[in-house]
Amino acid sequence: MSVADAPGVHDPSGRGSAFSGATGGTSESVVEPLVFERSRPGRRAVRFPAASERARAAAIGQPVVPEFARRAAAPGLPELSELELLRHYNRLAHLNQAIDLNFYPLGSCTMKYNPKVNEWAAALPGLADSHPFDPEPLAQGSLELMWLLAELLEDISGFCAVSLQPAAGAHGELTGMLMTRAFHRDNGEGEQRRKVLVPDSAHGTNPATATMVGYETVTIPSNQRGGIDLGALRGALGPDVAALMITNPSTLGIFEDQIDQVVAAVREAGAIAYMDGANLNAILGRFRPGAAGFDVMHFNLHKTFSTPHGGGGPGAGPVGVGERLEPYLPAPIPVLAEGDPAEVRANAWAGRSTPGARFALDADRPRSIGKVRSCHGNFGMFVRAYTYIRSNGGPGLRTISEDAVLAANYLRVRLRDAYDLPYDRPNKHEVVFSGRRQKREHGVSTLDIAKAVLDHGMHPPTIYFPLIVEEAMLIEPTETESLETLDRFVSVMHDIAGQVAADPDSVRRAPVTTPVGRLDEAAAARRPDLRWAHDGDEETASPA
Amino acid sequence: MTYSPHTDADRATMLAAIGVASVDELFDDIPASVRAGGWDVPPPLAEQEVRAELARLARRNRIPEVSFLGAGVYRHLVPAVVGEVIGRPEFATAYTPYQPEVSQGTLQSIYEFQSLICELTGMEVATASHYDGATATAEAALMACRLTRRDRIAVSAGVSPDTRRVLATYCSGPGIEIVTVPIDLSQGGTGTTDPAVAAAALGSDAACLVAAQPNFHGQIEPMRDLAEVAHAAGAQLVAVVEPTSLSILEAPGAYGADIVAAEGQPLGIPASFGGPFVGLMAARMGSVRQMPGRLVGATRDVEGRRGYVLTLQAREQHIRREKAASNICTNQALMALAATTYLAAVGPSGLREVAELSITQARHLVTALESAGLARRRFGGSYFAEVTVTVPDAARRHAALVEQGIVAGHLAERDEPDLRDTLLLATTELTTDDDIDRLVEALAATR
Ligand SMILES: Cc1ncc(COP(=O)(O)O)c(C=O)c1O
Repeated sequence: MSVADAPGVHDPSGRGSAFSGATGGTSESVVEPLVFERSRPGRRAVRFPAASERARAAAIGQPVVPEFARRAAAPGLPELSELELLRHYNRLAHLNQAIDLNFYPLGSCTMKYNPKVNEWAAALPGLADSHPFDPEPLAQGSLELMWLLAELLEDISGFCAVSLQPAAGAHGELTGMLMTRAFHRDNGEGEQRRKVLVPDSAHGTNPATATMVGYETVTIPSNQRGGIDLGALRGALGPDVAALMITNPSTLGIFEDQIDQVVAAVREAGAIAYMDGANLNAILGRFRPGAAGFDVMHFNLHKTFSTPHGGGGPGAGPVGVGERLEPYLPAPIPVLAEGDPAEVRANAWAGRSTPGARFALDADRPRSIGKVRSCHGNFGMFVRAYTYIRSNGGPGLRTISEDAVLAANYLRVRLRDAYDLPYDRPNKHEVVFSGRRQKREHGVSTLDIAKAVLDHGMHPPTIYFPLIVEEAMLIEPTETESLETLDRFVSVMHDIAGQVAADPDSVRRAPVTTPVGRLDEAAAARRPDLRWAHDGDEETASPA
Repeated sequence: MTYSPHTDADRATMLAAIGVASVDELFDDIPASVRAGGWDVPPPLAEQEVRAELARLARRNRIPEVSFLGAGVYRHLVPAVVGEVIGRPEFATAYTPYQPEVSQGTLQSIYEFQSLICELTGMEVATASHYDGATATAEAALMACRLTRRDRIAVSAGVSPDTRRVLATYCSGPGIEIVTVPIDLSQGGTGTTDPAVAAAALGSDAACLVAAQPNFHGQIEPMRDLAEVAHAAGAQLVAVVEPTSLSILEAPGAYGADIVAAEGQPLGIPASFGGPFVGLMAARMGSVRQMPGRLVGATRDVEGRRGYVLTLQAREQHIRREKAASNICTNQALMALAATTYLAAVGPSGLREVAELSITQARHLVTALESAGLARRRFGGSYFAEVTVTVPDAARRHAALVEQGIVAGHLAERDEPDLRDTLLLATTELTTDDDIDRLVEALAATR
């Protein structure tokens, strides 16, 4: 029996008989067997037609696939009926927490509602069946959509150009840093500028990206107020610095209130000012990084613009650039080859096509860093983000940030009596608490607290990030959570704080209501078991 | 239209709790000199309006009635069950499974994905996805450089031009030199990588040889020989493969590939103008600590139940920061689930039928074109389900057919000036006899 067979069954262990099922022949207890273990030789879900007589006859005489290149044994794929297959994945789905089920305040990830009309749009056959190498006359709709989205992202960010190619935030960072290198090289400073400055609160992708382009990372400390230490920044800037990568608002949820001076100092030193735009959801309509002097920024369409996170992607990480880096953007770029941009925009905003307008892909960009991804990027995400921006419109985007910031500040004031607040000042879209008091006084870690949140049916905040906050809990409620949900989360967090004091052991035992309990991660790393292997058992193994 | 649930009363409650008079006060920390002025973002649209706008853009595309275009992205059947599974909100609206107790669905499906990719490739370990085949190939080459501590790579000209472009961009970062292994593209040439030429390009200090099977021109490469020359040079073989072909073609693990990279799009993912796709990567267990990207491993919970977790994270950016094997964070998990569902749906016999139908139609197509006197195969040797043919005046005729909604494959000279008057034609299980007739008729009419 599996969890999906008996939803909601509870026994004293909290998990119910739903979890006592074992696969035949093994003593190990499993929640849901692997798809391989559900396989039975001869079953299938999908059938294909046979080649016609004519096709087979015509193929005779053409070279066959030569013996030397042929596979000896078929790959060991599972064999299931469509219903068995569907039930298997539906059961697995039941084991997940997700935005569509409950509150998911995972800081830095912007787990907002993913509107369903976006999915409808991405599935339109005219878009979903469009081949990336279709000749331009057949792909005018896809190209127009990309051009319009880039225009909107430019409006939103204040940059003068955008490349949609990068497939995620980190990929946008890589793109930005490669452009930075190309810029310095063209200025004859490629050899000399080898350092990238990264605040100590930065996401791990920032230093990892610097390494991927052959740069050395220099960590800049934060000040007591959670901002970058301007003195330390000025001290580190020099003729050997290629760029500053700064997240704003920072990963502490704090807007860098000296951002004007930061950007000025970086530019004065001849370095590139890179903004990690993961937290753009806090500042729509309030701060436009391009207009404020940043040279480059990546967007996370899967955060700010609501494309579903998919259990770890796909995302999309377009980059916006100012004039200094524009020549280096990845090619090709969708362009309006014929037509007046203002007219095409005005028409599109009114839902009309512009007669005579022609869109094309401009590959003739001699100083481009080249391509960072095949084809044109994660187009399906562009469709969703475009739909979302058009649905919200300018005023709606401003409201998004206002409500996201309001909700996060509300949680700050409502939770600060229960947990330590290292930076007690108005924050933006997220707020970082510390579980250090609970750790010190009761020996209950932030990990334990997170696990206790699971027992309340909610997803916990991001924990142990940013690294500069001891026992960090980074909470990002987003704008789409109702006041009732926020209040319920507040009471859950208060209850847990009370439980930590009254019965710390019970918190350390959490979670008890989830499909599985705490997992042995150390054992997983010590003896990596990264794939299912045939065990030779006729019952469960699929034939080779 | 906004998706915020807040009423003015809710907002007032929150403002009062925070102790500010207006939401503007919460933005006071933005220095006045850089506060945003106006912008040109248009007004909001209601659902019916936004639907009309997206339908307009979809209509502006013209999906060809007949298409033989592949060149790395293929139109295959996407079984309905695949869409059903990846559309489930428990998969689609979750994120990276940082909390394994409430992410077993995602984690187990990734473990299944890793297992399926190992089965398909004959390799020992597969990662939990990359952005696409091109970036997976680039990361594989960088991994080979780390493993061999060398900084030069040899890349067959049979690897797709799009992939080679991305590879060049990635290698420009750490300053890795790329030597291209040329292949004979002349009429009647082999159209494949010559092991002796590859050996010369590898020399004694290359980290890897990157070669594709089948190659971009549809030709079947001598992978075993290429593995031998790579290993003789102390280099790794990075095999770039097409996943549906692996139901028939030798598993890379069996011919000595050290790292496998692939575009997973043919496994149940629509063309969608180029993405989202999924990059596959597989390798030997001995190299696992140099692999980029996520890995899921099986373990037990406190009560002995089987469960799954993200593992070997000491390779990744969130732990290792500047010392990480890669900067990759968000990957293509939902598309990996599509590939997983697809492989389980078609099973071993279905995948074989897909490949066999595609192969048969490719040969049917060549026969039909040759017997009508319209085209001849460019190269000797054998091909898989994509074929390069020589067609006089190809560029003009390709354009003429586009007007009729027929895409006569990929015009090869766009990427390879040496390949004038050649078309790269792809067939899949969706190619019908009628499609072939229409192409032949239309091409004949442009003579
Ligand atoms: C601050 C910050 N920067 C960069 C990233 C990397 O973005 P992605 O996961 O899309 O690669 C993230 C999110 O994961 C982030 O939170």
